[in-house]
Amino acid sequence: MVPLSWYLVVAAALFCIGLFGVLARRNAIAILMSIELMLNAVNINLVAFWRYQSPNQPIGMAFAVFVFVVAAAEVAVGLALIISIYRRRKHIIVEDMDLLKW
Amino acid sequence: MTTVVFILFSLMVLGGGLMVVTASNIVHAAGALILSLFGVACLYVLLNAGFLAAVQVLVYIGAIAILIIFTVMLIRREGEDRLSFNSMWSGVLVIAVLAFVGLILILNQVWPLGMEGGAPDMNLDPTVQLGRMLLDPAGYVLPFEVASILLLSAMIGAIVIAREKRKE
Amino acid sequence: MDDFRVADLFTSIGRLWTNWLVDLGVSDPWILFINSLIGAILIVVIPVTIVVFTIMGERKIIGRFQDRLGPNRVGPFGFLQTVPDVVKLLTKEIITPDHVDKVMYHIAPMMSVVAVLLIWAVIPFAPNVIGADLDIGVIYFVAVASFGTLAVLFAGWSSNNKYALVAAFRAVAQLISYEVPLVLSLLVPVLLASSMSMQTIVETQRQGWFVILAPISMLIFFISSTAEIGRSPFDLLEADSEIVAGYNIEYSGMKFAMFFLGEWIHAFTICALTATLFFGGWLGPFVTQVPALGVVYFFLKMFILYFVQVWIRTTMPRLRIDHLLNFNWKFLVPLALANLMVMSLVTRLLNPIEGPAADPVVQGAVFFGANLVLVVAALMIVGGVARRARQAQEAQRFRAVASGVQG
Repeated sequence: MVPLSWYLVVAAALFCIGLFGVLARRNAIAILMSIELMLNAVNINLVAFWRYQSPNQPIGMAFAVFVFVVAAAEVAVGLALIISIYRRRKHIIVEDMDLLKW
Repeated sequence: MTTVVFILFSLMVLGGGLMVVTASNIVHAAGALILSLFGVACLYVLLNAGFLAAVQVLVYIGAIAILIIFTVMLIRREGEDRLSFNSMWSGVLVIAVLAFVGLILILNQVWPLGMEGGAPDMNLDPTVQLGRMLLDPAGYVLPFEVASILLLSAMIGAIVIAREKRKE
Repeated sequence: MDDFRVADLFTSIGRLWTNWLVDLGVSDPWILFINSLIGAILIVVIPVTIVVFTIMGERKIIGRFQDRLGPNRVGPFGFLQTVPDVVKLLTKEIITPDHVDKVMYHIAPMMSVVAVLLIWAVIPFAPNVIGADLDIGVIYFVAVASFGTLAVLFAGWSSNNKYALVAAFRAVAQLISYEVPLVLSLLVPVLLASSMSMQTIVETQRQGWFVILAPISMLIFFISSTAEIGRSPFDLLEADSEIVAGYNIEYSGMKFAMFFLGEWIHAFTICALTATLFFGGWLGPFVTQVPALGVVYFFLKMFILYFVQVWIRTTMPRLRIDHLLNFNWKFLVPLALANLMVMSLVTRLLNPIEGPAADPVVQGAVFFGANLVLVVAALMIVGGVARRARQAQEAQRFRAVASGVQG
């Protein structure tokens, strides 16, 4: 069997890749996709800990299911916002959306 | 054998993730996201969480990824300048690498990165336990109900936000 | 050769093969790998072989419905017609249009076929003959079905063609809309069998097929699955007169053949699933003594259901996209939700947590009665709504005529 730390390394790497995507991409949808990567990294962590530390209590799995729910809700609302912005400004480059900046 | 399979799936996950953050064509990025999410589902299978793997494919790939692809295909960028990163990307790269190294160092203290260590045995029906716990009053029925209200409000919110304004 | 029973044919063959491998000195992980590989190859080969016969059968049956003979030149009674068709498609020139998105253009037809073939891994053919007895079999089926939706999107987008894109959007709208009643109606066999494993669902039907206990679920499942494949009367997706033949405009030759192959295989796959989930799968007389008979019963039920599906296809007209979506969201989804609630209530009333469960015959009668009440209530509501709409329309026309007469 694979040791627990390998799963944690994969989750950490995926989280950092998602972090880079959120902070460095210009397209709003790409930022949303990177957020999804980060949420998946968290989920891998939760399920790996569940399996290796307490496999006879479904707490880890339940937590992961709630993360699924929150991710789905957030993507729906986020995409609705992006479409609404696109109708107004005809582009979704987040760098150019600085109306509220001084 | 399990190690080889694990490395294969991890490569799928991380490779897909890298393509998501670096592809200049957003549709390719969405396709890479699907690959990455499928790799995560395979990792769940390796971790004996079969129900979560099926729900991952169903919810993430079957719903979220399709939503994202729909939106991507409906949005046309005017004057595509093909730049996928913004101006601070080198700084962010440094931060991300530092974060990763830091996380690995912290992890190494508690769970060393060696080759030993296996998973303990488990009684093989986590799905039934999960189902019972989600509906048990002493368990997680309250977060379960709140999650359903959250989904309802997200659905209504998305419909209201994305609706075209009717010309009164 | 000591325990080779002809009655248990397939398991005995499997055991013989494994023993031969062990005698050859092959180590355990490799045996598992080789057996899994052979199982996977069989699961792919079986539907592709069956589809050859079902294409032929369908064309002859449609011909007879339409008072003509169907193909009858190639082979006896035209039964070898598929062979020249396949040869024609294989030898067509493979054209890749210029500005397509290469990766997605080539992957889309493959995803479409793979999504359908993956379903065959969880269908039980006989008491011990199943690809993989997952304890999440039903959810696995729904999860794999969503791969086909992705394939349609990729095909429409990568073709770099406005008409293909619009057709792909309409197709995906239909497909994701009909997933909702599909999942809701699939929950009822899971509820009745207390398990998501297909083999357990079939075993639980020894006391009574689920089509008697839950006929509404069977109907909703059948209708939603027919809409999921994009088959008549829901074949707006790829009918020849709709938006220049849909999302596979830019595909020709073998790739086009793969889309159609996927659709035909999907057609009898859902018949196999309906047979498994609602009609008892491999159950039948004498199947405990002769397990190999299970395969015969399974295929018999599948082909009877396939005949019903071809019948529906030839006789019903095509639904328009807005009728289709209205039918789904305004009728099927509320009905499926009400059905699920009624079935869970009745299940809990008949099988209380403390106390004895009711007699199976009584249970069957109560379930069937509850379903009947639900159907009657649903039809009365729909009839009431339709009647009021008609009365409102006639009143409006009457007022228009009256004001015309006066003015």
